[in-house]
Amino acid sequence: MSETLLEINSVTKTFGGFTALSNVSTEVLSGERFGLIGPNGSGKTTLINCISGLLQNDGGKIIFDGHQLDGMPAYKRTATGITRTFQIPRPFHTMTIMDNLKIPVEFVSKPGATQTEIADEAMHILETMGMAEKANQETAGLTQIELRKLELARAIAAKPKLLISDEAMAGLTGTEVDEVLEILIKFNEQGMTIIMIEHIMRAVMQFSHRVICLDAGELIAEGVPEEIVKDEGVERAYLGV
Amino acid sequence: MIGRYKFEIGCILVLALAFLATQAEFNRFYYFAGFAILQYVMIATAWNILGGYGGYINFGTAGFLGVGSYVAIGLIEWGDAAIVWQVVAAAVVAGLLGLFIGYFTLRLKGVYFAIATLALAIVLETIVNNWDFVGGAAGISILPPRKPELLGILIVDRKGDGIFSNSKEFLFFLMAAMAIFSVWVARTVERGKLGRGLNAIKDNEEAAECMGVPTLRLKLIATTLSGALMGAAGGIFPSYMTFVDPPTAFNLEFAVNSLAMPMIGGTFTWLGPVVGAVLLGTVQQIAIVTISSELNLLILGVLLVIFVTVAPHGIVGWFMKKNK
Amino acid sequence: MDFLELLINALIAGVLLGGFFAALSIGLSICFGLLDTVNLAHPTLIVAAAFCTFLLNDVFGLDPILAGVLITPVFFVIGLVIYTAYYQFFEKNSAEALRGLAFFFGLLFITEVILIMVFGVDHRLVNAAYIGKSMGMSLGTIDVSIPYRLLVAFAVAAIMTLGLQMFLDRSFFGRATRAVHQDMMALSLMGVDPVAIKRIAFAIGLGTCGLAGALMIVVIPIEPAVGRLFIGNVFAIVVLGGLGSISGTLIAAMILGIAESVVSTFFGPSWAPAVSFGILLGVLAFRPTGLLGVGDTR
Repeated sequence: MSETLLEINSVTKTFGGFTALSNVSTEVLSGERFGLIGPNGSGKTTLINCISGLLQNDGGKIIFDGHQLDGMPAYKRTATGITRTFQIPRPFHTMTIMDNLKIPVEFVSKPGATQTEIADEAMHILETMGMAEKANQETAGLTQIELRKLELARAIAAKPKLLISDEAMAGLTGTEVDEVLEILIKFNEQGMTIIMIEHIMRAVMQFSHRVICLDAGELIAEGVPEEIVKDEGVERAYLGV
Repeated sequence: MIGRYKFEIGCILVLALAFLATQAEFNRFYYFAGFAILQYVMIATAWNILGGYGGYINFGTAGFLGVGSYVAIGLIEWGDAAIVWQVVAAAVVAGLLGLFIGYFTLRLKGVYFAIATLALAIVLETIVNNWDFVGGAAGISILPPRKPELLGILIVDRKGDGIFSNSKEFLFFLMAAMAIFSVWVARTVERGKLGRGLNAIKDNEEAAECMGVPTLRLKLIATTLSGALMGAAGGIFPSYMTFVDPPTAFNLEFAVNSLAMPMIGGTFTWLGPVVGAVLLGTVQQIAIVTISSELNLLILGVLLVIFVTVAPHGIVGWFMKKNK
Repeated sequence: MDFLELLINALIAGVLLGGFFAALSIGLSICFGLLDTVNLAHPTLIVAAAFCTFLLNDVFGLDPILAGVLITPVFFVIGLVIYTAYYQFFEKNSAEALRGLAFFFGLLFITEVILIMVFGVDHRLVNAAYIGKSMGMSLGTIDVSIPYRLLVAFAVAAIMTLGLQMFLDRSFFGRATRAVHQDMMALSLMGVDPVAIKRIAFAIGLGTCGLAGALMIVVIPIEPAVGRLFIGNVFAIVVLGGLGSISGTLIAAMILGIAESVVSTFFGPSWAPAVSFGILLGVLAFRPTGLLGVGDTR
């Protein structure tokens, strides 16, 4: 493995009196497939909100690829190379699928390009996702798996160094889960670092090189998938024993 | 070549038509009604840049318009500034006002911006009510200059030596030029990066931000632009009306119309506010003469509610669907 | 009167005025703060209630407060109707919240125009024994004069606010309303229909317009457009108080009442409308979570 891409250093986030993240520290290496697990309300989404910039951490530091992210608005973080998907897909619902992808291409990966170049790039990504024939369709009639793939395609269109996938597989069937995994692995092999947040244990264990587990805002375990599955703390957190 | 500039050529043709109309010496009422409709085209178009493309509702149209009017009045009182300068200054001040209110409220949920704009109109009216230099609560009369010149050319002269034979005709033409300019601005925004970014904001602001759209900056550009155009539409108002008091300049009707016209016409394209303004504007001009003005307003309010609830894509959206 | 005497009178009037403001805002605090329905028409519906009070007082000679109590159920029913329509057209299909705003704005406008058509634009007043008289007191060398109409409004507002606070804190329905705000899913799992809860809670919020309208015409002469003057006040109070917090609303109302009263005394009443807007903008800019920091404005 190579150098650190993302460094999370004692990150803390509170809402009023409630501590959502307390002193979380970890590192994601360049090119890594990184799993983030934890029961509901454990702070997973808060952590990636702090990384992507939708929330600002109250304490600690986040350093990405040489940039200190604290205080930086989300759109600038996207420009430094972080993009994310949302747990509940949030397509731009008045636009076609093609136009959805053009937004990150125009604003991030190819600023200043002509409309034709932007359209070509968006089409290229749709092709790699196997969605080319749906390019001019509205988002309204899409199935669950198509919405998930659009969410991923749009994030990938920003050409990120780090992709954060927030439960991209929730509610999908077994074969659909495999389809999404295959896409993620393909982009990882092209050099994209990926953080995967997932409830489907099979998927996250099969996918990740390394996994961390959060519980009640604290990091309780870190290691390779085989260790994590056997970890007593993780078991307690999930079973509530 | 012509195909590419079809819109621009259309604009010039409409402007030429407006000029011919000023030379035709129609009954004065037609210029008055035409002025009101054109002013509404401009206001509705300006509103739609933020409201239609970006999804942020501005209830303070009357405030921006009133500020424009009173900047113009201030300039007339202070030193007889030419109408062009009145309009430019009105646009600048109203644009800054948009920037200011946007800067303080656009980081919050959209409803807070809407509430702030609604209250804005009221506080501005309060200030003007207490400001005697511009007439205070009693209002103020404006005398249009007898023989205005622009770049050495006589614009208005009763004896026929100028381009226009009275100032109402001149102001009607100026209003037409400004309305067309606003529509051009709106169309340019709609087809550019700014418009696409605003659309993404309207659909899902957090997703837009995460896809690299600088949401706050685009919203501020839109509020400034929208405010400036509204201010300019207000800047021409005192010279045309020749008497302005706070209830006229800050009339709530402006706010309702600026919202209802795009909503009824259709908010997602530049054509929507134009259709809405021409249609509603004409109906209102006829209704003011034939039925009571209260009933007229009631119809306006009811139409707004009907379109908002059952036809959210407006008239233009309805036609486009039928043609698909 | 010297400065100190003016100030003390302004402060006392401000506290009483604050009570009146609380009555105007409390229903909106429920609709906006707890239910996320931004009812812009709230102040104008209060004016409509004030005109109903005027009619009952003028035609039947009813005491305005009693009239207010009688019309409150009417406004409760109006609330049921409005929420049902709002839910049907906007909430159900999660249409853009901003279109809902336009809907309420249309409602505000229609209400105002109907009031103008029925009552005209003249100012209206009601008759009651406590209107037009003041209670004089001496605090040492300082003479204090308190108008009875403000005292009555304050007392009624206090009972109304505290009653609502108790109801929301102690009853099952009140707790369910708070739960709607936090977690719709949990309620559905408990077998409670969140939409039914919201409909009734909205109607209660709107019902307060009835009594608030009676208080309004007791405190000031009214005309159809007067509702707009209070938009700044009520929203400033609801946001400053922290959305959905009844006690916060009460404190914020007092602050606004005192601020307006002091400004009116020292700078003239024509400046009063600017106070609420200034506070509203200030709150939005610097303290959007409200005084007690419990609101969620993002």
